[in-house]
Amino acid sequence: MLNEATALEGGFSDPVLNAQSVFRAVMDAMAKPATVVEVDAVVTPPAPLGRAAGAVACALIDADTPFWLDASLAEHAALRAWLAFHTGAREMATCSDVAFALVGAPATMPPLDRFAQGTQEYPDRSATLILQVPSLEGGAPLTFEGPGIRDRVVLAPRGLPRDLAFQWKANRKRFPRGVDLILTTGDAIACLPRSVRLVEMEG
Amino acid sequence: MNAQASNYNFAYLDEQTKRMIRRAILKAIAVPGYQVPFASREMPMPYGWGTGGVQVTASILGPDDVLKVIDQGADDTTNAVSIRKFFQRVAGVETTTSTEEATIIQTRHRIPEAPLQEGQVLVYQVPIPEPLRFLEPRETETRKMHALEEYGLMHVKLYEDIARNGHIATTYAYPVKVEGRYVMDPSPTPKFDNPKMHMSPALQLFGAGREKRIYAVPPHTEVVSLDFEDHPFEVQRFDKPCALCGAEQVYLDEVVLDDRGGRMFVCSDTHHCESRQAAGHRGEMSGEALS
Amino acid sequence: MYVAVKGGEAAIDNAHRLLADRRRGDRSVPALTLDQITEQLSIGVDRVMSEGSLYDRRLAALAIKQARGDLIEAIFLVRAYRTTLPRFGHSEPVDTGAMLVERRVSACYKDLPGGQLLGPTFDYTHRLLDEELEGDPLVETGALRGGDQEPVMRVADILGQEGLIEDDGFIDPAAEPGDINQTPTEFPMSRAMRLQSLSRGDEGFLLALGYSTQRGYARSHPFVGEVRIGEVDVEVFMPELGFAVPVGRVQVTECQMVNQFKGSAKAPPQFTRGYGLVFGQSERKAMAMSLCDRALRAEELGEDLVAAPQDQEFVLSHCDNVQATGFVEHLKLPHYVDFQAELGLVRTMRSEYEQRTGEAVLETREAAE
Repeated sequence: MLNEATALEGGFSDPVLNAQSVFRAVMDAMAKPATVVEVDAVVTPPAPLGRAAGAVACALIDADTPFWLDASLAEHAALRAWLAFHTGAREMATCSDVAFALVGAPATMPPLDRFAQGTQEYPDRSATLILQVPSLEGGAPLTFEGPGIRDRVVLAPRGLPRDLAFQWKANRKRFPRGVDLILTTGDAIACLPRSVRLVEMEG
Repeated sequence: MNAQASNYNFAYLDEQTKRMIRRAILKAIAVPGYQVPFASREMPMPYGWGTGGVQVTASILGPDDVLKVIDQGADDTTNAVSIRKFFQRVAGVETTTSTEEATIIQTRHRIPEAPLQEGQVLVYQVPIPEPLRFLEPRETETRKMHALEEYGLMHVKLYEDIARNGHIATTYAYPVKVEGRYVMDPSPTPKFDNPKMHMSPALQLFGAGREKRIYAVPPHTEVVSLDFEDHPFEVQRFDKPCALCGAEQVYLDEVVLDDRGGRMFVCSDTHHCESRQAAGHRGEMSGEALS
Repeated sequence: MYVAVKGGEAAIDNAHRLLADRRRGDRSVPALTLDQITEQLSIGVDRVMSEGSLYDRRLAALAIKQARGDLIEAIFLVRAYRTTLPRFGHSEPVDTGAMLVERRVSACYKDLPGGQLLGPTFDYTHRLLDEELEGDPLVETGALRGGDQEPVMRVADILGQEGLIEDDGFIDPAAEPGDINQTPTEFPMSRAMRLQSLSRGDEGFLLALGYSTQRGYARSHPFVGEVRIGEVDVEVFMPELGFAVPVGRVQVTECQMVNQFKGSAKAPPQFTRGYGLVFGQSERKAMAMSLCDRALRAEELGEDLVAAPQDQEFVLSHCDNVQATGFVEHLKLPHYVDFQAELGLVRTMRSEYEQRTGEAVLETREAAE
């Protein structure tokens, strides 16, 4: 139902401590990439925005960070009103110049290089992409190595772009420029900071 | 003063500031060793007293955390006491002197002797985050050097040391290279502590308040002290073990005992020393040894 | 047996108690009231407002009292307080042309519309200590110019009519002004952001830098076009109403420095401007600021960069006294871990040196034998 109440409800019940707990989960996940971390996702955003994605958005996005929604999310007015109310952030029509992007259908999302990559001198001026995936398990296994990972780690999310491996290698090649991904599903997240490398597996 | 605390938000900073710092922390983790600019706030303690570290700690701290604060390796130095008290007052968190029990350790100038563990966060207070600053005072220039990965100047400086002294004459804030990309200042820790940064299971966050920079080393990340093949990096060695707990291969403070040249050397890490003494280890000047 | 020094917490508490005691001083002397400070130490209060970046005389007075008269400490107290306040937005540019001036002097013209108005200035006082002020002598009410107060035209506009001075610049109404509190420092910095930094910069630092430009370090041939002190309206644009509404009045000191300029590849010969604006009555600061502002425009005007006052990074990275005092004073915090490292190094180098010179002496002796 599209009414004011939907927009006002379902945010952090305790904005200070909820934001802290969600942020810590994201920090934890960013520090140990490609590892599934549970989020105490205390928000109930309007569908089809998931709880974890909604919680991460509420914890990180604000008036200083314009955001973009992919078509699968942007078509839901209630969801947009909810994000506007709970984050106070401006929604932008194009994806190329935003600090955050929320993607409901990663399989058909724009290529990673369409988002802000930062500059060689200021690589932090890049986009963080919050992708909502059907599951963080059961997809094609991807093996990663790099900072935050002891030896190697395998993550098998479903619903990512088919050419993700190719795109991720290009993203890594742009280092220190590049985007960082926060994959979300249900109450769980896994992060892929630009620093991690996809390992070519034999066979 | 206590009555004031209730007027302030949990962990002192307002939520907008915390979000800004949190975003900077995530970027810092994603680009290990790169100094992320952030809009540092004035804190109720002076610049130079650890405002960067305090802002980082305030932004990550939650009610379930257990906080340890050390300065010079010690939990009982005045500034460590003061910062610990600040967080007790504004966040009501549990504090500890135990390295093992802490979830967040804020430090100035040391890394604890006990190995850190997965899930722990070490927050460094940083005065001058730019390792190239003393070679090139201009931010616009050093930023370019990092962008181009142009670190020749740093190697020249270290090599000049060798030419003059026969060895590298940098003993603290010894520059490191993170994951083969960014040259980073480890903060003014003695170079003795540099190897502890390498592949540490803990997350290391660095906050420079006055200079408005945050940077990070994720867990299990390569941190290599700059050196030369013919002059490999070496850490300080002490001739004697700790006079109180007998520990070897730890960093020691020199304590002046009298005006006749009397000296003793004791652990700089007070918790490490106390735990060892509690476990029955004795040095040559501990009570038991003397009696 | 050696026992390490403990009890940091008790030491800190005791230090704070002693500090409070010393701040209060002799209890038989009446305590200062904030009114006494705002009324009788008003220029100190204005400096704290200006460099503390907070227009609140009562809080500035409180800070001065708490800081035992240490103005930099008071500025720090005010800054640490203001940073906890929510940011509602920004005001419209204040119109200093509409100011009802209490003081207004120009060094460029003998007489001019609105006249020279000395106002409450120390300029022509003879600096003789007035022993009478030990008591509370009767003070006459200040004499003000008769007639209705009206805004007076700016000296820069007189030059502007002839096209002899550069434009005042154009503000894009749609542009958001920068905010040095909200953005990390980045160089080169826009003039608007530079002026914000200078306005809260340390009076002594800017004074010395400005002075150095007069002595030839980036000389800028300055004339005081005008110094004016008075109150101006502060207006905030209300989107709901569609127009700006006044939210209060502040006293400011403005200095427009007029600088002769021979022209360069980038700009024609004309007078150029250096600008200073600070809270309250802070004339020395406003003038020093306008000298520094002009020097920092060197690159924009195509001048050679020859001296520190023209160097953005040098001036702006070091003009904040809260930062400067923190970093200088932090040297008194314990550094014994690093000092230990240096001790070890110096001992090693000494013994290497002694070994080398010892060997040299030996060699000389052997050679002699």
